Order: sequence, then structure tokens, then C-alpha cells
Amino acid sequence: MTSTPVIDLERIAEEYGNARKALARRITICAGTGCVANGALKVFDAFVEKIAAAGLPVVTELKSEAPAATAKPDGTLMSHSGCQGFCQMGPLVTLEPEGILYTRVQLADVDEIVNETLINGRIVDRLLYEDPSNGKRCKGTADIPFYVRQARTVLRECGHVDPENIAEYIHHGGYFAARRAWTAMQPKDICEEITLSGLRGRGGGGFPTGRKWEAARVQPGDKKYVICNGDEGDPGAFMDRSVMEGNPHSVLEGLMIAARAIGADEMYVYVRAEYPLAVKRIRRAVQDAEQLGLLGDNVFGTGQSLRCHVMEGAGAFVCGEETALIASIEGQRGMPRPKPPFPAQSGLWGKPTIINNVETLATVPLIIRQGAAEFRKIGTEKSPGTKTFALTGHVANTGLIEVPFGTTLREIVFNIGGGVTNAKGQVDGDGFRAVQIGGPSGGCLTQEHLDLPLDFDSLTGAGAMVGSGGLVVMNKSTCMVNVARFFMQFTQNESCGKCVLCREGTKQMLALLDDIIEGRATGETLELLERLAVAVKKGSLCGLGKTAPNPVLSTLRYFRAEYEAHVHQKSCPARQCKGLLGLTIDPEKCKGCGLCARKCPVNAISGEKKQPHRIDSSKCLKCGACEEACKFKAISWN
Amino acid sequence: MRTKATVTIDGREVAINGERNLLEVIRKAGIELPTFCYHSDLSVYGACRLCLVQVEGRGICAACSTPAQDGMKVRTTTEEIREIRRIAVELLLANHDQSCPTCPKASACQLQNLARRLGIEKVRFKPVHDPEPVDRSSPSLVRDPNKCVLCGDCVRVCSEIQGIGAIDFAYRGHQVAVLPAFGKDLKDVECVYCGQCANVCPTGALTPRSEVEQVWKELDNPRKVVVAQIAPAVRVGLGEAFGLEPGTVVTGKIVAALKAMGFNYVYDTSFTADLTVIEEANEFIARKQAAKNIPQFTSCCPGWVKFAEQYFPDLLPHLSSCKSPQQMFGALAKDLLPAKLNVDRKDLVIVSIMPCTAKKFEAQLPRFQKDGVRDVDYVLTTQELARMIEEAGLKFNTLRPESLDMPFGFKTGAGVIFGNSGGVTEAVLRYAVEKLTGVTLDSVDFEAVRGEEGLREATLEVGGQKLRLAVVHGLANARKVAEQVKAGQSPYDLIEVMACPGGCIGGAGQPVYRDRQPRRLRTEGLYEADKMLELHKPQENHFISELYREELGEIGGERAHELLHTHYHSRRRIADTSLSLVDGDRSKLNISVCVGTNCMVRGAQTLLHNLIRHVEERGLQDVVDVKASFCFEQCDKGPTVVVGDKLIHKCTFQAACQALDEAVAVEPK
Repeated sequence: MTSTPVIDLERIAEEYGNARKALARRITICAGTGCVANGALKVFDAFVEKIAAAGLPVVTELKSEAPAATAKPDGTLMSHSGCQGFCQMGPLVTLEPEGILYTRVQLADVDEIVNETLINGRIVDRLLYEDPSNGKRCKGTADIPFYVRQARTVLRECGHVDPENIAEYIHHGGYFAARRAWTAMQPKDICEEITLSGLRGRGGGGFPTGRKWEAARVQPGDKKYVICNGDEGDPGAFMDRSVMEGNPHSVLEGLMIAARAIGADEMYVYVRAEYPLAVKRIRRAVQDAEQLGLLGDNVFGTGQSLRCHVMEGAGAFVCGEETALIASIEGQRGMPRPKPPFPAQSGLWGKPTIINNVETLATVPLIIRQGAAEFRKIGTEKSPGTKTFALTGHVANTGLIEVPFGTTLREIVFNIGGGVTNAKGQVDGDGFRAVQIGGPSGGCLTQEHLDLPLDFDSLTGAGAMVGSGGLVVMNKSTCMVNVARFFMQFTQNESCGKCVLCREGTKQMLALLDDIIEGRATGETLELLERLAVAVKKGSLCGLGKTAPNPVLSTLRYFRAEYEAHVHQKSCPARQCKGLLGLTIDPEKCKGCGLCARKCPVNAISGEKKQPHRIDSSKCLKCGACEEACKFKAISWN
Repeated sequence: MRTKATVTIDGREVAINGERNLLEVIRKAGIELPTFCYHSDLSVYGACRLCLVQVEGRGICAACSTPAQDGMKVRTTTEEIREIRRIAVELLLANHDQSCPTCPKASACQLQNLARRLGIEKVRFKPVHDPEPVDRSSPSLVRDPNKCVLCGDCVRVCSEIQGIGAIDFAYRGHQVAVLPAFGKDLKDVECVYCGQCANVCPTGALTPRSEVEQVWKELDNPRKVVVAQIAPAVRVGLGEAFGLEPGTVVTGKIVAALKAMGFNYVYDTSFTADLTVIEEANEFIARKQAAKNIPQFTSCCPGWVKFAEQYFPDLLPHLSSCKSPQQMFGALAKDLLPAKLNVDRKDLVIVSIMPCTAKKFEAQLPRFQKDGVRDVDYVLTTQELARMIEEAGLKFNTLRPESLDMPFGFKTGAGVIFGNSGGVTEAVLRYAVEKLTGVTLDSVDFEAVRGEEGLREATLEVGGQKLRLAVVHGLANARKVAEQVKAGQSPYDLIEVMACPGGCIGGAGQPVYRDRQPRRLRTEGLYEADKMLELHKPQENHFISELYREELGEIGGERAHELLHTHYHSRRRIADTSLSLVDGDRSKLNISVCVGTNCMVRGAQTLLHNLIRHVEERGLQDVVDVKASFCFEQCDKGPTVVVGDKLIHKCTFQAACQALDEAVAVEPK
């Protein structure tokens, strides 16, 4: 058979650059899940239509064969991008070369943008982001605190490149690192470089990636596997999804380097089926890489073969655990198995296998490209590099962020996040209560941790963990017992049911938390909850079970008084737990209409017509029907 | 000087000798670490979290999944570990149907045992158990999900040892359960009723189905003559239920106990095992000489027979047509005993005492019934017999042994070793070698076929020709040899298959056991019993010779066939080829009716019957061929019928008839 010619990356990059130069302007519409949900795709179509209607040249695809021959660049390139992170302000529209970022762009705004900006060169002020701290309009990302304070490296190209255009990825330096790894580096050197860089797994535990690879590299045998773990399942976390949607080639390139490092010839990307866009873009990336010959039977002219499969997971949280993920790929029920043997020794189909998280893999090409020393310049000594977080909750700017390890919580919440918001959504300088970090495996941090530099070890020390990077900000109206209960309900539903401590333990922790929240707890409840949580943490089979009690343990550690108030005073300081509250009628507001008394299923409300009514608390079921019925807002929980 | 690798366990040094994990080293040191999910025969599962130990420098590890390494310092009972273990057991109890006194597993329940061992006096957690219906559909086993601790032992034994996977885990979180596929009843799935799941089940979630009640009622009925047959393996298993060492031969005490409980006659299944050898060996010699249906598979294990009917229907001609010793006994007894004992056939009750749960299934098969009356009326497992003895208040260990009744109580050693893996093969050799060579054997011991391996092979020179034998136990091993036969690559002449590990002595009706040692001792017990007998070859059993002379006539003859042989049928739900229901001929008009599940639900079967009748009524059999066929994969449009080259969706009888008329009109005659 004919051998595939060695791919000329330089030529592809140059041709793309030339084609790009031929176009004067690029309008990028964020096509991350958040913006798409807000109508970004319709906005895209409207732009194409309106620009054309205005008689201006517009293209939606770059023809890289067409060299830049015209003297003067002309026309507009309309392109999609992956998630730009500022999801709350979507749909986002970026205009280059001006560097304008329009936010919350609706269909009705398109005409104005075309007329004003494209034709007359004026900025549509009202569509610019307004900095809530000073009311100033920001022209582009360079002026927006949300972006300025971040260090976007892994996410750098997310939001700029067209995720479905391999040439653009190559134009930005993509696949040069993979080529270097395959043609100029020995597997041992790659493992060493990654070890030197200090890269740690971004999926949760923070295990040194280089050591994992080395362990698989030294295993004998010529059949090995590399798996990308894209089974992101934490509630509120969407970092991996954004990387897969926004820059799928960076993940694929990371996988190719990993494959070279351990001597694998088959790769899997395991993505949950609930991420259809990520699945589509990863598939497209694999297909394009195959077409170009990056994947196939002669990788970079080495004569070696490398294939990549994309596998959709059915969305079980536990399949994010590596041994369960392997079982799932093998077609078995996704349940973790005891380690050792570790996957690096005996993994998929019993062969040496490494499993890395999406973000970890997307970081790998950067390290190979710039070298370990350069990579170590950001982040901390033991946690080098950057980390993406999904910033959500009671915070002004929610979205996807990337910061160097060692950044403080204060920086993230108050500067990037723009501060804590109150129940009405307004920034409240004094509103901070806690941050839940690391999802169901993580824990809560408080005021006292605001200046803690975030890294793998400091978080573990504080009873939380980086986890996959969910970061939920909570204001003072949050009941911490309820927060613990929320996560416990999640882990209980998602427990695979294999080991006794996790399966039965989460069920009982949930029951104990319910007792506390609903006013049935006694002094023994707290002690039992704590002992059970410790036993589950120490004794469970897999990482998910071992970390399942973290939300309980960390809230017990930092908010014990709140638990005690629930247990002993039968009161919820945040006034969220309805089981501990009573319903009362404000005699000032009550008009005596009697509607509440008619709605009450147990006749607990009485009163004369046109006179203030009363609730008999001994009869009241706390169903809340009266509160909903009252037209005068006279009934409230307290 | 060579230094040995050791582990320090609670301050004591213990040598590592290739144990597969730390748990086995600890158990070797005499410390019985608690476990639910660890079995030496099964893969390591690591779910019960009870074998946790403290390893210096590593913290808390599950001993089952930690390899033993030189220099390890291990503590097995620290406060921390005690706390976790107690919490684990309390958690299980909080989600358990605690009707312990009435549980069939009561005396052997490991959860109960552990709660007692760990001194748990109170469960601190809330009861969270939701009652679930109990599955009593199977003739052999009862599945009570309320007692399940989800240790997965049953799941692994079924898939790893038996290669079936009739049950598995389903759902997540608090809904996790072990179920047959799609939550069906056990009787509707591919369970072969071997009961190995019940043997490994630490609680009462899977138990043999009891027939004790019915047997007591028969014993109390003065009109009935109740006859027992005792399988070989029972005599080396029952003693364990009364504290005797596994392998102790207690045949005489069993006879005494049965007589004391009111059984009129007690015979030995080993008698019909001798008979099986003679019939099966002759069948084998005939096949070998005709080079037809070789290799021959044994057929005395009902678990294996159902397995073969399910998965290897095309190999059924390779199975010996001999009934199992249990069913030979039933047929003979129901045929001969009424006259001999002067009792009405309907008043004769045959009760088998078996080490096996699948025998319960076998005894109720229609092919082992005559005029709606079963040849074997009841099957009691060794465990059930033990319970009856306890209920009767008999002090088993002090019973004076009594003799079996004649003639069906007389056997040779060949019929006794039927109870362990390799025994049938050896018994057949004791007969066949003499028959083929005409020379009397010096030694009757064929050591080559003995042993513990799940797949053993032996080659013997007999009368100038080589006989290649395979002895298999565990159906996963049987699947391997059967696949070879199917592929036409089997090197063997005779293959003995026993579903249970170690053969019948490891049957699920025996007292429950957790490691290999009881199996070894039971096997030794049977070989010992063989030695103690005067005769070792079935051809030396003069009662058998008499039986042939007076009743059966020729070996393998017509009468022998009627009483001692049987037939098998495919249990495949889906046939590999379409079934021709009216004789098939390619030149005819073909009508195919899909009888896949969806079409079946939509009435395909009735449609098929009506079409066949219609074709017959119109006398079109010569020109029209009606077939049932499997799924056309157009399930949403069913019932699907093809008439000639016309495909009809949502077909009705009228639509099919119309298409038939049109097709017949243009069909060239």
C-alpha cells in the first residue's frame, strides 16, 4: 500500500493564514451550550443574511486553497466558537480586528450592529458589557475584569478558534507538539518532561500525570490504551464540556502525545451522551485528523498506527471513576473494582491503560510546545499551571474561568466573579457565606479561607478538594445543612451500589440529614452522622465513596453551630428549612378574607370574617398552601 | 541462607507462600477475618468492606484486594477498624428484612453470625428496608430480595463458574438490586437451577426450595408406601449438618433416620448409578465403533442437560440418552415396586434425597412422568433432610446404623463414586475396559481421571485403541469443551460434565460451605466408601444382572430403552433456521409469519394458526408453504407477514388471505 506522506503542518498553517488575511473582518459567535440555548445560532444566521443583504461580501467557511492574492483584504468571515466562558452575558459576538465584544445579542440587535459597526464603524454602546463596579462600558475582553483577571492558557483558543476547523487549530500551532513527540522525542523523554512539568490530574485527585504515564510506559506488551475521561458529572461543572466543545483538537493532540509516551496504538474518548455538542465536535475532530493522516497507519511518518474511538457514556456519575469507566467501555456495568491492579498495569481489556481527564490532556500539548520549565512559571511549586473552574451560585459573573493555581478565593469571588449577590441578584459586599468547591466530592470553605491560595494540597488540607472544578458561591441566605443534604442526595442517587459503606452509608447520612432539617434530630444524631461519615470516608471501595462524606464533614467542621441550632434549638439560622419554621399571619396585613382557612387541608386556620386570622401551630402541617393562597402576603415562614 | 518473605500480622510473623492476597495469608495465620464477598473460587470483588486491616505506612486497606508483600506490618483489629466493621454490619441490618427466626438460612446466615461475632446489640440506623416480592417461580430455588446484601457472590458464581449470568446487578443508588434479566422470574430466564448461587449466598436471599412439608404429609398418610433413594454424595455431606467432619460416611445413620421418620423402604441411587454405567458404557462402545456422535457427553447432571438444551441444541445427539440415576430409579421403582411390594402405583411415593437443587427441576419434567404421575414424586436436598431429622428430634450422631433395603439398596463402588467429579468416567472405564479387552482388571483405580481441576484430560490405551477422556466441572468449562465439539475440533471420545464444582458432592443442596476443603474431604469420603465395598465394578452387581435377566432383557434393548433412556429438546427461544410447518418446497408459494416478540404480542401466533388451517381447508398444501420465521425487524409495524415477495405490515387474516388469493392466481402451477 502507499504510505501516507508526512503531513506538512507548516504549509497548512500558512495557507490558512493567507486565506484568513484575505478577509478584512471576522465575526465570531459563541456557540457554547449556554449561548446556543440563548439563541446564538439564530443570531449567526441573521448576521449572514443581513450582511449579505447590505451588499457586503460574507463567507462562513475559509477556503484554504485560495491564496491571498487580492491586494486589499475584503469581506467578513462568520464563524462559530466554543464556549467563551462568560455564559451569563451570552449570546456573545466578537468583532475583529476591532476587538469589540457585544453581549446578550438578540436577533433584533443584528441589524443595528451591521449598520452601525460594519458599515459606519461606530460602536453600539448599549450592547457592550457594563462593569457593575463603576458603570463603565467595556469595549472588549481586554477591559472586562472577568477576563482580565484570568490566565487563560488551556482555554486560550476556546472562543477564538473555530472548533470544527482543523486548519485553524494548526494555524495556531496545533499538532506541532504531537509531531515533536512522535518524531523528535522518545517515550521516556515525554514521560520525563511531563513529570518535570509537575502536571497533576485535573479530574479530581491531582495524581502526577508523568508518574501515571511512566507506570504504563514500563509495562511490557505492545497493546496499550489511552483513554480521555470526558464523563464530567458533577452538578454545576462544565469545564470539560467547554474544552471539548471549544477546542476538541487540543484534547486529541494531548491524547496522541500520551499514546506516544506509553506506546499505545488505540485511544478512546469517553464522553457522556448528555453532551451531544461535545460528542459531535470530538467526532468531527477525530474524523478530520484521520482525513489529514494525523491518525491512521503512519503517524507522522513513523510507520506506527494510532486510532481513536469516541464512546458515549450513559451518564452514570460513577463512570467518571477510572475503573468503572473501563468496565463501561468493555460493555459491562459501570462499577469500580478494587485497586491494585491499577489501570496502568491492567486496564482496558486487561491491558496497560492510562486515563486522563480532558483538561489534563488539553494542557499536555502546551507543555510539550513550551517546555516544562516555562509551564512551571505559572501556578505554585506543587501545583503548577492553571485550572479551570465553573463559577456559579450567588455571584455576579457566572461562567467558565481559568486561573493559575495559587489564586485566592477572594480574587475569584470578588474580582473575577464580581462579588456575591443577594436574593435579589444585587451585589452585596457583606453577603459572602461560603464556597462549595469540588462538587459532591468536595467541601465548603468559609470567610477564613478567602485568602487561601487555591491548589491541590491547600484545598485537601482545608477539607475540600479541587475535584473537577465546580465552584459554587453561596450568600448568607444559604443553609449549610441543606447544602450538605443536596450533595448527599446526589451521591446517594449516583452510588453504584457496589460497596456497603457507600451504598448504605450515603442512604443513612441522607436520612440523618433529613432528621436534622425536619426537626427530628437529637444530640446523638450529630455524633452518629459524624462517625458514619468518617467510616464511609475511610472504608469505601472507590474514590467516589471515599469522598462522598466530604460535604458533610466540611460543613460539620466549619458550620457546626448551624447544625447545632437545627438540632438543639430546632431553628434554621438561614431560615431555609421549612420543617423548622412555622407559618404565621401578620395581623396588620391580614384582611380576614378567609381564603387561607378554606385552602388549609387540616382546618388549622380560624378567625372571624374581616378580622385577622390565626394559625393553630399544633394542627399545622406546614404544607404552605395558605402562604401561596394569600393575596396580601400576610402569611410568612418564620 | 535463604530468607523467606513474611508479613507481620498482629505482631506475629507469617510466611508468604504464593497466597493470592493478604486476606489468605491472614486466614492462614488462623485469623478468621470477616467477609461477605470473598470466595477462593471467585474473582476478588472488594465490596463488603469487612476485611479491612491496618497496614503500616498505607493506612486502611481491604485485605482481599491487597497483595501480600514482604515486610508488611498488619493489624487486624484496631479500634478504627472495629468501628468501620460494626458500622458496615449495622448498615446492612438497617436495610434488611430481619425476620431471622423464620429464615431458611437462619442457622447458616453469615450476617447473623457476624452481628453476633461483632457484638452488635443495637442498630443505630433507621430501618430503610422496602419489602419486595419473593420469587418462588422456580422449582428449585427461592429468591428473596429482602434478604439480599448485594455482595454479588451469586452474580459472580453464575457468570464466572457457570458461564451463564442468569442474574446480575441492576439500577443505581438505593434502587440497586440483583435480578434476573428485565426483572423476570427465575423460571423464565436461563437459570439451570444448579443452585450454586444459593450455596455462596451469605444470607437467605437465595435458598433451595423446600419440599419438606409435602413429604411429612405423605409420611403421615397411612395409605401411602413411601420409598426413599439416597444419592451417593448425600452420605458424605449430611454429617456436617450435625457437626461431623466433612466426608464422614453416614449411610447407615441416614437409613436409620429415614426409617425412624416413617419411610417404608430406603434404597440407594448408587444401584441405578451402576445401571447407568452399564447402559451408558454400552451406548458409548456402540457409538465409538460406529464413529457416530462421538464425543459422547454424560447426561446424569440435570444442570448440564438444561445448559446443553439452551446453548448447544445441535450437540444434543452427543449426549448419552441415558436417564440420570435418579430418574432411572424413579422409572424402575414405579414400574416394578407396585407388584413387588403389593401396593397400588398411585399409593407409591418416591422421595429422592439429593445433594442437588437441579434434581428438583429434573423430577418435574414432563418427560419423566407417566400418565401425569411423576416417576420421582419429591426431591429433598441434604439440607432439607437435615432439617427433617432435627424436626423429628432424632439425635443423629447416636443413631444405630441400619442397612439399606434390597434389591435396590445393593451397589458396587462404581455407583458410589458417581458423586464426585471424575467418578462417572472412572465407573464407565471399570466396565468398558473389561468389556472391550475381555480381560479382568487388576486395579479398578483410574487415578488419571481423579483430581480437582475444572477441566482434566486423560488418554487410555484400551484393546489397541486410544480412548481420550475429558472430565469437566463448572459449566463455564463445559462451554469450552462444547464449543470445541461444535467447531468439530474436539479431541475427546467421552466427556463427563458436572455443573457443580467438584461434582455432586459440591452440589447446592449439600450443607453450605465456603472454601474448597469440605469438597476435598467429601471426595475422599466417597473414594473411601468405594474401597470399603467388596465390589467395585457394576458388572459384578448380581442384582443388576438379575434385573436384566428378569425384567429388562438385553442391555440397551427395547424395555431398557423404555425405562432407562430419554430424549432432549432444544430450549432455544429463537431457532437458527425458520421452521417449516407445512412441508417445505422451494417451488411453492412461501408465506412467512414473523413470530418475534412484538409480532407475537400483536397476535402473530393466532394469525399463523389460522393461515395454516386456511391453507389446509382450501387444500392448498401442495402449492403453499406456511412458515413461522423470526424477527423481520419491523417490529413497530407488526404483525409482519410475507406472502411470496409481498411484505404486509399490520397484517390481518383477511389481508393475508387476499394476498394469498392473488399470489395463487398468478403462481405458475
